[in-house]
Amino acid sequence: MVTAEQVWDAFAEIPDPEIPVVSLVELGVIRSVDVSDGRVRVELTPTFLGCPALEAMKRALVQSVAALGAAADVQVISDDSWSTDKITPAGREKLRAAGFAPPAPREASAPKLVQLQAKAFRCPYCNSTKTSLENIFGPTPCRSLRYCESCRQPFEQFKTI
Amino acid sequence: MNELLLGLADDELLIGWRDSEWTGIAPVLEEDVAFSSIAQNEIGHARAVYELLTDDADALAFDRPLDEYRCAPLVELRLLDWARTIARRWLYEVADEIRIAALMEDADARVAGLAAKIDREEAYHRMHAEMWRERLAGVPQFQAAVEELWPYALGVLPPPHREAFAARTGRAQVDAIERDMHTGELAELWNEMTLVRRSEPAGAQW
Repeated sequence: MVTAEQVWDAFAEIPDPEIPVVSLVELGVIRSVDVSDGRVRVELTPTFLGCPALEAMKRALVQSVAALGAAADVQVISDDSWSTDKITPAGREKLRAAGFAPPAPREASAPKLVQLQAKAFRCPYCNSTKTSLENIFGPTPCRSLRYCESCRQPFEQFKTI
Repeated sequence: MNELLLGLADDELLIGWRDSEWTGIAPVLEEDVAFSSIAQNEIGHARAVYELLTDDADALAFDRPLDEYRCAPLVELRLLDWARTIARRWLYEVADEIRIAALMEDADARVAGLAAKIDREEAYHRMHAEMWRERLAGVPQFQAAVEELWPYALGVLPPPHREAFAARTGRAQVDAIERDMHTGELAELWNEMTLVRRSEPAGAQW
């Protein structure tokens, strides 16, 4: 009989489909795992609602549970319970090392342009805070584009959500 | 069927579709990326709202005859003009913020939860729209476009929200173009949007 711990361990091996340096567990998108009567019930929270990786994540979770000899029922929870604050410390460090600046902490109110233009964002390459916003939008919904004025490196900034 | 939520989902689907028409041809590369990303988010919101209403979001989104869409005429318009496109984005985002804020207080926890999630994402769309509004504020084409689209924009919101909308945009209330009618531009869009579903009733595979 499969246990919840085994399922969590297996999920920790599944890379994010778009940013494979972090696992789905490190990304914090697995909200719960419940095992009863040999059935594995998983709650998954999308990062952004329009994230095209969501279907790939669901498939990967089902396959991973199947490899443990059980059947999974993956439910997508579309509420505000996921935020970028759920990315684990290990996940944040892996993002930074791969050139993605990890998200700033979520605040009570929704982010404002003035916050995105603040000097509080660190370049993941040289750690400078002399960076500027190039584009609120990037190659996926979850990323913005910034430029480091110290090492002159453009980089991707995880959006706070 | 909850008409308010269906209207919201249809608005998000159509504006996403219209915004994606800038993919590849926006005036600067940053806006190509921005409009593509915004479009993807809006269509994601449409899907999530359709999923609240039905088990088969694709069927609800694409299998209805044209006259059963509940979208506001504002989002139907094909605007191959930057000033009009920005005017629509700005007006739509202000209206959408008012509507989503009301849904965040909804008695149904699923609706309120989804609205809160949508609001977090829309914050980035609002910044983008506001940035462009400031940039174009003194440009006559933009002012004319806001004037032209204002009656359409009012039609996005139910009457009780319109006073707040007018106050937020610094405009006077006029007769709204309501969502009980469709513009001539919806037919072509409907044909395009539903083509795959109509051609492959069993479901297309990639």
